[in-house]
Amino acid sequence: MRGEQINLQNVIARSASQVPSPQERTGGIDRVTKLIDVSRCIGCKACQVACAEWNDLRDEVGNNVGEYDNPLDLSPNTWQVMRFDEYENEQGNLEWLIRKDNCMHCAEPGCLEACPAPGAIVQYANGIVDFNSEHCIGCGYCVTGCPFDVPRISEVDGKSYKCTLCSDRVFHGLEPACVKSCPTGSIMFGTRDDMLDLAETRTDFLRSRGYDNAGVYNPEGVDGTHVIYVLQHADKPQIYSDLPEDPTISPMVSAWKGVTKPLASAAIGLAALTGFLHYVTAGPKEYSEEDEQAVRDDEARQRERESGEAQDNREERP
Amino acid sequence: MTLRVTRRQFFKLGAAGMATSSLAMMGFSPEPAVASIRHFKLTGAKITRSNCTYCSVGCGVLLYSRGDAAINNVDDIYHVEGDPDHPVSRGSLCPKGAGLLDYIRSESRLRYPQVREAGSDEWRRITWDEAFERIARHMKDDRDANFVDQNEAGDTVNRWTTTGMLAASASTNETAYCTHKIARSLGMVVFDNQARV
Repeated sequence: MRGEQINLQNVIARSASQVPSPQERTGGIDRVTKLIDVSRCIGCKACQVACAEWNDLRDEVGNNVGEYDNPLDLSPNTWQVMRFDEYENEQGNLEWLIRKDNCMHCAEPGCLEACPAPGAIVQYANGIVDFNSEHCIGCGYCVTGCPFDVPRISEVDGKSYKCTLCSDRVFHGLEPACVKSCPTGSIMFGTRDDMLDLAETRTDFLRSRGYDNAGVYNPEGVDGTHVIYVLQHADKPQIYSDLPEDPTISPMVSAWKGVTKPLASAAIGLAALTGFLHYVTAGPKEYSEEDEQAVRDDEARQRERESGEAQDNREERP
Repeated sequence: MTLRVTRRQFFKLGAAGMATSSLAMMGFSPEPAVASIRHFKLTGAKITRSNCTYCSVGCGVLLYSRGDAAINNVDDIYHVEGDPDHPVSRGSLCPKGAGLLDYIRSESRLRYPQVREAGSDEWRRITWDEAFERIARHMKDDRDANFVDQNEAGDTVNRWTTTGMLAASASTNETAYCTHKIARSLGMVVFDNQARV
């Protein structure tokens, strides 16, 4: 059953938090996956419109710059864009490669790893990585942490936004809006096993049609993604508008979260402990009579100056 | 105004700040609720079957509206998606169909009959009755004047070539059949369909 895919307590990972979520009820929950078959896509952008409609997003109308990409890039109000690429293959023929670019819902999400706001990014037991904008502090670490350059910070509310894989629809047993709209069946949705199986079937078909390097894009570097592609040329994903060949979470993120943070925490704790121990053993700082007298003199001078100023103010008034 | 803090107060403030931040870092801060899924916006919606208005494929759409049609309420459509039971589209839609909501809500949408008189550059609102009568009058006058019952060779042709009709594309077979019968029974030969527009 997909309807029970997202129990609100079935969070398996949560940003900047060590408190584990309840996991006893995760039985029977299958991971979900969206399969994007690039070889069947005609670039009609029905998915883009359906996404905007369902999520109540209306981006600003831009200008035509002579490309089919419209809008040109993801934005807080555009959670997916079709990226069009003209590729000349070995035979010298043109191939129009159209890739639906949106959040990949990584099994090991770089955004979640990097996020310092507790609970702002969560991962559900079915694999969906969701932004909880209420807790977002808009620091932009998720943008740096994402190997696919997906999240975008809004200038309106300073929060980060991206595709939710329609978690609200999936929660009610429906497929994401983009999947439903697709008129060519290029976007499919189901349990992870079913989708990987379907992806293999499609890959075999493409191979039988002469695409020897056809394959599934489900990168190991982020432990697989819950949005997978079937590519005609899986050996060179970069020709699909710079799809990363081997995406990994930036070493900066692991350095920050893995080494620096606990080290710095320990340093702060040690400093506090030293201070406390010093206070216990050596007692409070004692001031010499000279210092105390100097402070008293200072204060007396200060008082004098203030009363003098008050006097002046009174005299100036008529 | 300058904030006057003595050395001792400064140390106290610093210590308090560090203590609280350390507590938060060690996990003593209140955990925020994790429920982040957006409210399912179709809950309680009235679903009405319809057809996409654009092309001749005539994909099935489901119109989701709110309101219970009570006398004091104006219902409105707030979501459109494909009808999975429709034999042609089976729930899918093209970008135009997927964006029907903005078409429905468009401010420039035609909501009532209008006429632009010959020589005028302004559209004037008329009632449906006026519109029907006007159209019928024009058709009758034109047909009476230009109907051809026999061609030059004397063969009976019964054709009316001076008025044309543009029919809707997203019609059922039955509607299309009736539309066709009406047009052809008048002898009308200029007859096309919005799907080619």
